[in-house]
Amino acid sequence: MENKIIVKLQNIAVDYDGERILNNINLDIMDKEFITFLGPSGCGKTTTLRIIGGFQAPVEGDVFFDGKRINDLPPYKRQVNTVFQRYALFPHLNVYENVEFGLKISKLPEKERHIRVLEALELVNLKNYDKRRINQLSGGQQQRIAIARAIVNRPKVLLLDEPLGALDLKLRKEMQTELKRIQQSLGITFVYVTHDQEEALTMSDRVVVMKDGDILQIGTPQDIYNEPVNAFVADFIGESNIIDGLMHKDYLVEFCNDYFDCVDKGFKPMEQVQVVIRPEDIKIVKPEGAKLSGLVESITFKGVHYEIVVNSLSHNWIIHSTQFVEVGSLIGMEVTPEDIHIMKRMEEE
Amino acid sequence: MTQNKWYKKLYISTILAFLYMPIAVLIIYSFNGSKSRTVWAGFSFKWYIELFQDKLIMHSLLNTLIVGLIASVLATILGTAAAVGIHAYRNKVLRSTVMNITYMPILNPEIVMGVSLLLLFVYAKEQMHVPVELGLITLIIAHVTFCTPYVILNVLPKLRQMDKNTYEAAMDLGCNPFQAFFKVVVPEIMPGIVTGFLLALTYSIDDFIISYFVSSGATQTLPVTIGSMVRKRISPKINALSTIIFVVVLVVLLIVNFVGAEKEKASMKKVKGGSFR
Amino acid sequence: MKKSSLFSLPYIVWSFIFVVIPMLLVIVFAFTTTDGQFTIANISQVSDYTPVFVRSIWLAFIATVICLILGYPMAFIMSRALSYNRRTLVMLIMLPMWINFLLRTFAWMTLLENNGVINSLITLLGFKPLRMINTQGAVILGMVYNYLPFMIMPLYSVMTKIDNSVIEAAQDLGANSINTFVRVIIPLSLPGITTGITMVFIPAISTFIISRMLGGGSNMLIGDLIDTKFLGNAYNPNLGSAISLVLMVFVLLFMSVLNQFDTSEEKEGMVV
Repeated sequence: MENKIIVKLQNIAVDYDGERILNNINLDIMDKEFITFLGPSGCGKTTTLRIIGGFQAPVEGDVFFDGKRINDLPPYKRQVNTVFQRYALFPHLNVYENVEFGLKISKLPEKERHIRVLEALELVNLKNYDKRRINQLSGGQQQRIAIARAIVNRPKVLLLDEPLGALDLKLRKEMQTELKRIQQSLGITFVYVTHDQEEALTMSDRVVVMKDGDILQIGTPQDIYNEPVNAFVADFIGESNIIDGLMHKDYLVEFCNDYFDCVDKGFKPMEQVQVVIRPEDIKIVKPEGAKLSGLVESITFKGVHYEIVVNSLSHNWIIHSTQFVEVGSLIGMEVTPEDIHIMKRMEEE
Repeated sequence: MTQNKWYKKLYISTILAFLYMPIAVLIIYSFNGSKSRTVWAGFSFKWYIELFQDKLIMHSLLNTLIVGLIASVLATILGTAAAVGIHAYRNKVLRSTVMNITYMPILNPEIVMGVSLLLLFVYAKEQMHVPVELGLITLIIAHVTFCTPYVILNVLPKLRQMDKNTYEAAMDLGCNPFQAFFKVVVPEIMPGIVTGFLLALTYSIDDFIISYFVSSGATQTLPVTIGSMVRKRISPKINALSTIIFVVVLVVLLIVNFVGAEKEKASMKKVKGGSFR
Repeated sequence: MKKSSLFSLPYIVWSFIFVVIPMLLVIVFAFTTTDGQFTIANISQVSDYTPVFVRSIWLAFIATVICLILGYPMAFIMSRALSYNRRTLVMLIMLPMWINFLLRTFAWMTLLENNGVINSLITLLGFKPLRMINTQGAVILGMVYNYLPFMIMPLYSVMTKIDNSVIEAAQDLGANSINTFVRVIIPLSLPGITTGITMVFIPAISTFIISRMLGGGSNMLIGDLIDTKFLGNAYNPNLGSAISLVLMVFVLLFMSVLNQFDTSEEKEGMVV
């Protein structure tokens, strides 16, 4: 990844209906990176994207593109293109004309337009579809055309607003790889919006986790997954067991009536914290001698692993394991210090 | 795109002024004490009183209501049944023929519809000795004829939107075809039937051109009477009548609009609760 | 064939008697003499009225164009307005339509007359009164006034279906307001344009009382002509039928030409 900043958001705030929906957003987007805004619906991720695209104006703050302030630049003058949520293809034009649209507007000569349209169609694997009408295409094909229509203009930044939301699971997986391939072969910045954490983790160079108009965490998928800043991020990025605990001193935490070694430090003595443990980090052991034990409530086969719910001290633990256990049996659970993540207690909402 | 620029506001106001200025003038002059349409001779309810004492106007108002109600009820029954039938057609040629005939009264110039019906009634009486006189009966027949297509065109889309399986599900649960129809199909298409009925009623009450050709001097609907008054040009009673009609329509529309807005608000809230962006 | 298709039988019988047969009668009358002999004299006599036809077509054409120019931006603004404003605007546009067109036209007589409201204002300001009533301009004004909502409503109903994101997509791809309008909004509202034109042009070309009220005796239109042949002093139902037939054929041709421009499969907004 290069270190050049292509888009810079500075203290961005947005109001809607008298409510603040974006709070003081600060973000640097690097050139040629694949960055994803991840969060539940209503978190402000789409609004942030629309600010970059120029469809919405912030009430406070500045947007910079390549170092220049572009707050007042209308969308049609920005070197950014968008792939819309429900594609927004032009129903009165065929595939070729849709892709050609932007080039025609910028008055490119016919010959060059032709070459570039075919190039773009080839890139999305829809070379022989140029004469089709939009309503003759499947959802996945429409999706590809929407991408072709945007990238044919050679934008420096491509904005994608939940582009795979309407596709079925299998197609979505295919398109994820496809999108990553397109991004790498074009060598441009992708700004991607999704509420699907798996999608975010598989495709992105960096993930921006958002909630209620705030950025909670920015980092690589590994960072976000392994070192979530709080229980919300932990829970949103994959399933988690979240337990209230007490930090006695550095490297020692108490939860479930027992003491555990951990790798975290820097909390106040006796600070109330939340302990996050990933389901796949819990090992099933014999109940005897284990610090944690409980009764198996249910076990569900999930393909690669079993999802096991274990009740221990009236708390339900979720475990992902390849090992089969009987419902009703007593099992022990073991966690290594590295897999115990300590977070500051979140404000109750 | 949705900013309120001054020229946009100016344009909207101009169009609305254009639409409402004449109506405003009518209303103002309905309270004028004199017959003049330029000189203001003081505020008066004179024309309203005269309006209600005018036997011809009151009589044709009654005719309008009789014809409107009977014709729109008949059109609703005939049209709903027709829509159910047309929906079941499998034969494309038959279907498009019937639909073209249905579009005819809507697309044909009204005056041609009017004279063609006049020709029919006169021909039936003179050549075939059918005892039909221009009057209430011919008015009702004509109104049913031009109202029914509106009912059909409002009911058909509702039938198309309906899940085919609900009718079969009802029969599966023990309904006979008639029960299934009245308990399942009719409630589903009710919004279309109601809209069709209301449209039919409005078009019937408002119709001048066709009624003009199929009514007689003795039996007229209100628009036909207005037509003959308007040609004589002077009668402030018309102003009073317009004002009353305007107020009635305004009140009805405001109620409908208010109820609709409340409904929309309620459903908006539901959506907002679910996901707010 | 399913049993339920029989429900349409009463309607089919009804429309055969009261729609199809009357149309056939018009055709029969158009081609017969008063004593029932076949003739084409009526049809050829229609050509005597060419000036009336030309005038009707011309006035209806101008009124339609004006309605389109006045109504198109209104429909677009309405379709992009917030839902509350939208409701209010729709209501304001529809409201005058619920008052009988005779009364609305009568209102314009009051305004336009030689000693009417507008002229008394003009003389009050010290200018010479204008001659407005009994002119072609007054007839066009009456048509535009009466039929403008017929143009706005179908346009509006088609435009509400244009997704905002399609407009945004055009801007995103570099189209400024004018380009967006010409390349996206107008093509997508084409079905509304053709429906609007139909719904204004047909009543305008066949009107018979607006012209009499606002145009006086000198601006007779096809509708007035037909009226005089059936109920007026020039009673001649055979010639009247011939004129009606010509009018009908013209309207049919007009609509089929217009349909060539409409690529959408379904008729949209046909019925307001």
